[in-house]
Amino acid sequence: MSTVLQALNEAMHEAMARDERVLFLGEDILDPYGGAFKVAKGLSTSFPDRVLTTPISEAAIIGVAAGLALRGMRPVVEIMFGDFLALAFDQFLNHACKYRWMYHDQVRVPMVVRTPMGGRRGYGPTHSQCTEKYFLGIPGLRVVAANALCDPKGLLLKAIFSDDEPTLFVEHKLLYLSRLGQVQQAGKLEITQPNSSFLYPTVSARVVGAPTVDVTIATYGYMADLVLEAIWRLAMEQEIFAEVIIPTCLSPLDAGPILNSFRRTGRLLTVEEGSISLGWGSEVLSRIAEEVPRGRHLVARRLGAWDLPIPSSRPLENAVLPSVQDIFDATMRLVAQ
Amino acid sequence: MHEMLRIRLFEERVLDEFSKGRLFGTTHTCIGQEADAVGVIGALRRSDIVFSNHRGHGHYLAHGGSMHALAAELMGRSTGVSGGLGGSQHLHFPGFYSNGVQGGIVPCAVGMALAEKRKNSGAIVAVFLGDGTFGEGVIYESFNIASLWKLPVLFVVENNGYAQTTPLSANFRGDFSLRFKGFDIEVDEFDTTDVVAIREAAKSIVTSVREMGGPRAMLLHTYRFSPHSKGDDIRDPAEIEHHRQFDPIVLMHARLADEEYDDALNAARNEICQAFEQAETDAWPDPAALLDAREELLKG
Repeated sequence: MSTVLQALNEAMHEAMARDERVLFLGEDILDPYGGAFKVAKGLSTSFPDRVLTTPISEAAIIGVAAGLALRGMRPVVEIMFGDFLALAFDQFLNHACKYRWMYHDQVRVPMVVRTPMGGRRGYGPTHSQCTEKYFLGIPGLRVVAANALCDPKGLLLKAIFSDDEPTLFVEHKLLYLSRLGQVQQAGKLEITQPNSSFLYPTVSARVVGAPTVDVTIATYGYMADLVLEAIWRLAMEQEIFAEVIIPTCLSPLDAGPILNSFRRTGRLLTVEEGSISLGWGSEVLSRIAEEVPRGRHLVARRLGAWDLPIPSSRPLENAVLPSVQDIFDATMRLVAQ
Repeated sequence: MHEMLRIRLFEERVLDEFSKGRLFGTTHTCIGQEADAVGVIGALRRSDIVFSNHRGHGHYLAHGGSMHALAAELMGRSTGVSGGLGGSQHLHFPGFYSNGVQGGIVPCAVGMALAEKRKNSGAIVAVFLGDGTFGEGVIYESFNIASLWKLPVLFVVENNGYAQTTPLSANFRGDFSLRFKGFDIEVDEFDTTDVVAIREAAKSIVTSVREMGGPRAMLLHTYRFSPHSKGDDIRDPAEIEHHRQFDPIVLMHARLADEEYDDALNAARNEICQAFEQAETDAWPDPAALLDAREELLKG
């Protein structure tokens, strides 16, 4: 059973083999090292002239990619840690995401910036953040998060070839080790993909044979793995049945599948690893709240990391980041409300 | 040569229109710096790429941009070169790009040079920086990458001595040339506003960038007679007056027969009148079009 890491590595190989316009830039991405998290493994050996190892210059790398994209290339950038995107924020906000719009639709900027996000590895305050939160809601930017249920290889290929907008592609560090197809093979959960006109898919998951669904849980990325573990326990131990909605495109957000599920359950929990205040879940909740019909209640709760920098020591880090038990408890509270 | 007059008179008209409240936002004119735009861009091919900054009208016109479309852009009309979305600092036509954020354009220009090198198009990229931009860190990252990867990019520095209202002495220490040399980028320095001298030097520098495929820099010491934007000039009038003797238009005028100069002057006046008159009668952009744009950008 292959891992998300292998799938993303395969996607990169396939993209570079398919199209000469794909250039890959990043720090320490050459073999034999193959990048800090090994998504780049083998690429510089197979495509030596199109894999460019760069100086430690995140702003310039992303600016260079924007320039490449404006002149007909389809660059992919690897930023070693999502935290380092902060160094390149101007290149996203005032450059890559603006050109198509401010040049009156005369240009396109098809570039993908891939980066590992998230904690649970003890890297501490500046190497563990989910910085995608700060990139949500930028007009002209797509923020896409891979998960283990939703064909990460196809998702990355879609971002590279089917999307002409600048795209931030989020890969959680622990997601790399998640096994593809494991959930499906176990047969405990039913996975479906609701119809949507959006480019990037959303998947939904529920316990097989659930008599009814009591609660909707919206989540993304690696947190989906933890949520699925929690809903199995809720079903087995408490006979509480949840429907999990997992978008791959965080921004702009397709709220349709979450709303459809909420209409069935009347209860919504959002789960993210980023700090809770003013985060992705806040936007999801607002979008649902605006659609609640007259006479119906909105019973909802958000779960995320504490509003603190991520600590390094394991017991402290575990306390700050949302766990399976936290999801279990939050769902119980919501259902009791 | 006539190109400088077009730019000068256009920019004077822009300031005049602004004072009458007929333009939107802000503007940064290049009155006094015309020899840089015309000298350097005149040495480029039309198929080369120019990446300009906030003070970009001269670069735009010198690279062949439509004067009417620029006037219409400043007036916020649908016929503007950026449809009224960009304004003075955000102009684009094939081969020309501008953005008013200091320094951030430089890595984009370097990336374009990488693209052209890979395509073997033979095109080079000229990117314009001001002295104030040397406070932005990303330009040094970009110099390093351009030199490391031997990219066909020409860095053109227009040092007009002021970052908005702050004189160079209050925001800059060291040497412009050494900043390039530190990245192994050859730099030529010009203390002139003579467009012929700049053009002749630029020709051989551009040829070298095109044939050797690596970056070069031109450091042009210049002066702007106009304020940074509109009403923000705190310089000593005597200092501005002192520089009038080096006005590139005056230097050029001395080279031309009076008749030829007058013809160029009249031609420029006519073109500018037509551009602004037409722009003024052009339609306003329709806000309904924004709904389509929003829908497009919201597709996830």
